[in-house]
Amino acid sequence: MSDATPVAARGLVKRYGEITAVDGVDLTVERGDVFGYLGPNGAGKTTSLRMLLGLIRPTSGSALLFGRDPLQVGARALDGVAGFVEGPRFYPYLSARRNLRLLGDLDGGVPSSRIEEVLDAVDLRDRAKDRVGGYSHGMKQRLGIAASLLRDPQLLLLDEPTTGLDPAGMRDMRELVKRLAGEGITILLSSHLLAEVEELCNRVAIIRSGRIIYEGLLSTLLESAAGGFRLRASDPERARAVLLARGVTGVSLVDGELCFQAEAPVVEAATIALGAAGIGISALVPTTATLEELFLGMTEEEAA
Amino acid sequence: MIAVYRWEVLKLLAQKRTYLGLGVAMLVPLVFTVVLIFQTGGPNDIPLGRYIRETGLALPFVVLFFMSIWAFPLITALVAGDIVAAESHNGTLKTILTRSRDRGEIYAAKVLAAFTYTAVVIVAMGTVGVVSASLTWGFNPLTSLSGTTVSAGHAFGLLAASLAIYAWPMAAIASFGLFLSAVTRNSAAAVVGTLMWALFMQLLGVLPGLEAIRPYLLGEQFQAWHGFLRTPADWTPVVRALWVCALYVVVPLTAGYLVFVRRDVAGE
Repeated sequence: MSDATPVAARGLVKRYGEITAVDGVDLTVERGDVFGYLGPNGAGKTTSLRMLLGLIRPTSGSALLFGRDPLQVGARALDGVAGFVEGPRFYPYLSARRNLRLLGDLDGGVPSSRIEEVLDAVDLRDRAKDRVGGYSHGMKQRLGIAASLLRDPQLLLLDEPTTGLDPAGMRDMRELVKRLAGEGITILLSSHLLAEVEELCNRVAIIRSGRIIYEGLLSTLLESAAGGFRLRASDPERARAVLLARGVTGVSLVDGELCFQAEAPVVEAATIALGAAGIGISALVPTTATLEELFLGMTEEEAA
Repeated sequence: MIAVYRWEVLKLLAQKRTYLGLGVAMLVPLVFTVVLIFQTGGPNDIPLGRYIRETGLALPFVVLFFMSIWAFPLITALVAGDIVAAESHNGTLKTILTRSRDRGEIYAAKVLAAFTYTAVVIVAMGTVGVVSASLTWGFNPLTSLSGTTVSAGHAFGLLAASLAIYAWPMAAIASFGLFLSAVTRNSAAAVVGTLMWALFMQLLGVLPGLEAIRPYLLGEQFQAWHGFLRTPADWTPVVRALWVCALYVVVPLTAGYLVFVRRDVAGE
């Protein structure tokens, strides 16, 4: 395997007639990333992933996986790459084990022991002889992971892997993704479950209406929203006056609490002034935005 | 390539529709045999129909004639029309296209599997026909279309050759089914479309004013085996069937290939 970047998409555009589903997407996933690809439904996440896997042709732009373009080198571009878009699909009339055997053969053959290993990894070995047609959504989802693992991937593309799972299924899936990431597999995960992304991912891209509106470290994104404080004081009106006098700007009173933005030294000085003015402080809390708040802010504000 | 082809065949073996077509192809000669045992008349108007009770070797030829109208085209279309579209419908196309095989290889394997099925169906019909009819009326010499008597062994060879040449127009129908299957992504549309196309080809063959092109219509190629049943053998229809059917195979398969390797595989 080369040292090339696992995913390097440049200027990806996909138009369907008048509709532009993906409009100039750049994505870079580095080795070892657990990359969260976020966006509202219909923003273009799945369409982008399809282009990465070579399932659909971009109208323009390119998508390279480890430096190889699926449109130019065909299936070889997917060496070391596995995953699924829009939920994994299997032959309903074949058992899980037969489905995996088929896919393993398409990959050039895998030993039976490896098939049993991946079935074990997703806890499906007991049901492996049953037809997939009778599987629950969660079981198919897990079989999708097993089918991906069969390729011993270095890059795993997962399109909303926890969607439709019950809480225990979601937890198991998160644990599995964490474990795989721990084994050094680069993961590109699309999701609209933001708590999940916050827990799993180190880098994120946010797509809205086919365009990337943020790409970078998750921590940077979260820090960008830091610097706010909430203050609960015995006399909010007087406290506001003291804060303003200390040079704090943009103080608002919400539900009996003062909200403001300020640097830490200014806040420290203000607390002393409040105390000196005989105003008691029952709470002073730095506000940190959750990914969800940031996401909704970013995806809704500009759309409005 | 062998692994992909093998799995295409295994997939066919795991689906009911495969056995439906195969079952019908094996049932028809049995039904013919049973009906002819209990009835006194016979299909005297069609080639070799008059000799059907003289030897078990005549019945498969009679069934070939009957099934060429719509039964064999339908049986072929049932599988060929489904083989790509079903995978679009199930979403399994994206599953296999994200493994280590190029689209061309998948397509080629599907074509070969559909052809294999077509050949198996014809051979199954011929085998059941010969066995059931020979058990009933004996493995006797056959009277050829020229009126000469052909030994049973020789006639059996002629039957094998006839089934082989009959497979060509069948392959042409399978090819059209594959083309529609790749293009429409809808199994029912591809199956029905293929059958309509086969019937339309038959219709063209009986329209007046088309005598000049009739030898080159697909329906006509189903009669090419008549050439083997003449003394001496008439190679003209046989050779014509070979190249005419090759065109009916290559054109839709190429078109289907071009669509299949370029098309977007998205949620369908």
